[in-house]
Amino acid sequence: MQPVEQRDEVEMLSLMLLIRRFEERASQQYQAQKIGGFCHLYIGQEAVVTGAIAAVRDDDYIITAYRDHAHALARGTTADACMAELFGKETGCSRGLGGSMHFFDRKNHMYGGHAIVAAHVPLAVGMAFAINYRGEDRVTLCFFGDGAINQGAFHEALNLAALYKLPIVFICENNLFAMGTSVKRSTSLRQIVDRAEGYDIPGEIVDGMNFREVRDKIAEVVDSIRKEPHPAFLEMRTYRYRGHSMSDPASYRTKQELEKYRLDDPITRLRAQLTREGKLTNEQFDLLDKRAKETVLAAVKFAEKSPQPPLDTLYDYTYADEAMGPGLPGPEEPVPTRRESAPSPNPS
Amino acid sequence: MREITYRQALNEALAEELERDPNVFLMGEEVAEYQGAYKVSHGLLQRFGPRRIIDTPISENGFAGLGVGAAMVGLRPIIEFMTFSFSLVAFDQVVNNAPNMYTMSGGQFNIPITFRGPNGPAHQLGATHSHATENFYASVPGLKVCAPATPRDAKGLLKTAVRDDNPVLVLEAELLYSSKGMVEPPDEELLIPLGKAEVKREGSDVSIICYAQTVPLALKVADQLEEEDISADIVDLRSIKPLDEKAIFDSVAKTHRVVIVEQDHPFCGVGAEVCYRIQKNIFDALDAPIIRVSQEDVPLPYNERLEKAVLPNADKLIAAVKQVCYA
Repeated sequence: MQPVEQRDEVEMLSLMLLIRRFEERASQQYQAQKIGGFCHLYIGQEAVVTGAIAAVRDDDYIITAYRDHAHALARGTTADACMAELFGKETGCSRGLGGSMHFFDRKNHMYGGHAIVAAHVPLAVGMAFAINYRGEDRVTLCFFGDGAINQGAFHEALNLAALYKLPIVFICENNLFAMGTSVKRSTSLRQIVDRAEGYDIPGEIVDGMNFREVRDKIAEVVDSIRKEPHPAFLEMRTYRYRGHSMSDPASYRTKQELEKYRLDDPITRLRAQLTREGKLTNEQFDLLDKRAKETVLAAVKFAEKSPQPPLDTLYDYTYADEAMGPGLPGPEEPVPTRRESAPSPNPS
Repeated sequence: MREITYRQALNEALAEELERDPNVFLMGEEVAEYQGAYKVSHGLLQRFGPRRIIDTPISENGFAGLGVGAAMVGLRPIIEFMTFSFSLVAFDQVVNNAPNMYTMSGGQFNIPITFRGPNGPAHQLGATHSHATENFYASVPGLKVCAPATPRDAKGLLKTAVRDDNPVLVLEAELLYSSKGMVEPPDEELLIPLGKAEVKREGSDVSIICYAQTVPLALKVADQLEEEDISADIVDLRSIKPLDEKAIFDSVAKTHRVVIVEQDHPFCGVGAEVCYRIQKNIFDALDAPIIRVSQEDVPLPYNERLEKAVLPNADKLIAAVKQVCYA
């Protein structure tokens, strides 16, 4: 496992570029009607997931809501598999059965892709429960938007996580709007992070447009959780440049507001930091960007060429015991580190 | 074989599965220190400890979802609802997350979870605490639903449910927890497959199709009918989904007359599905229209006399049988 401080920042910048170019191309393909249903883009928020991934191990659990393309890409799902999923193809990361909002990648510990707001937060708590149950030292990262924090499932999940002392980081990607409703109009708090205090969970606000700040904060929190399991809450202040989904022109906010955040662009910021420190030249940056664009274009070609899921597999993925295709997934791989003894959920 | 209660049978099933598989745990309200609201989990905390027998706050959506998440990473949770009426608070987890995950992930994540607890009207609990949820849940692709009527079936089906690789709902019969029946001794493995009905009493004149709390009712009525020379074939579905079509059709082919007695409501109830399948597949075997006996189509009243009037009972069932037999 690569220690956090050695994860190459240029590589992480390259990942942010891949995410941005992927989303731009997805937008274009959506308009060309190659992609159906709903499609929510991550543009503007790249530093959050990239910073988080840079700070955890490959076997830590990642779960998110429906704005999930970036989380899969960051976890190592190929652009091919992601684009093919958007196209509804058999080669997609969910065999074309999930779509934009339901990306899954078991091999890379990406547990979805969940489209009912906040319904996955209890799932994340269950995954963290399993970590303690088995005495492992993994951590669960649970991403959700500011719109999730007023749902019952969110509150129940936070209470359970605190009660059972589960190893989980609740990561609120606060992009200021739940669809068209601003946080001010949805939430009776001065700041979202205060939700955590109600459950005795330590919480902090993080500049979600700053890769380094996100990475360092997640690393610090995860380190503390690995030593002694507990939940933590991070409010990432971020911004999505596009509408809630492809069908949203985002007329509820001003051009000036958008421009203000663009000046704070996460990619521009990390680029400037690296350039200033002599770790990146303009030529190198252009090359990274070119590669990202090529990867995404190739992914579109791959998705176009890929076959549809065969009609005769329609009933193969309803019940696990009747699967004709992949059969049951294998058992979980052995875990590298175990704690001495598993903490008991409710010690009597 | 020895005689034990339905409650003891479930308790044995839980203990045996917890013993067999370290990935199995039991979670729910009052399952541990209180020893179970209906004492189904009696003694399990003492035997298996607080790591595996886990009390929760009153938070059904939260702990049902916790179970689904734990199942995604390889555990085999048993989630107890104090009653399935309370599962409605967790409807999103049971209906949207548990059964959809396998499809949505393209087969990467199956959810081996058991949801269990009492289901169906009990006695004067009023409308909110009396839901018979079998028809809601059986209509969802990806879920399996069973509703045992005897201690033997309760034990065998619960053990099978825990070993199943899909979400399975074990709808226990609240009024039958103290009923007794013969069950194999604990050293004899008892597994009853999902999707297999059982003829609880052989007969030749009419098929009475029933499950859960309507099974003892049907058996009682069969005794009364015998005195009037009507011989009833009592088919206990045991599983609602998958449904044992063959057992149903075999009985109907023998008797040519059918009454379905169910504990849910008439509109889109379990009997409606059974009825459809019979007429579609063996229409020519029928000598009379099928009649369903269910609850009346009203929220269950508290008043005892009105409650009785809403629920299926012997008089209604006998009248239905006589109607299909033209007796």
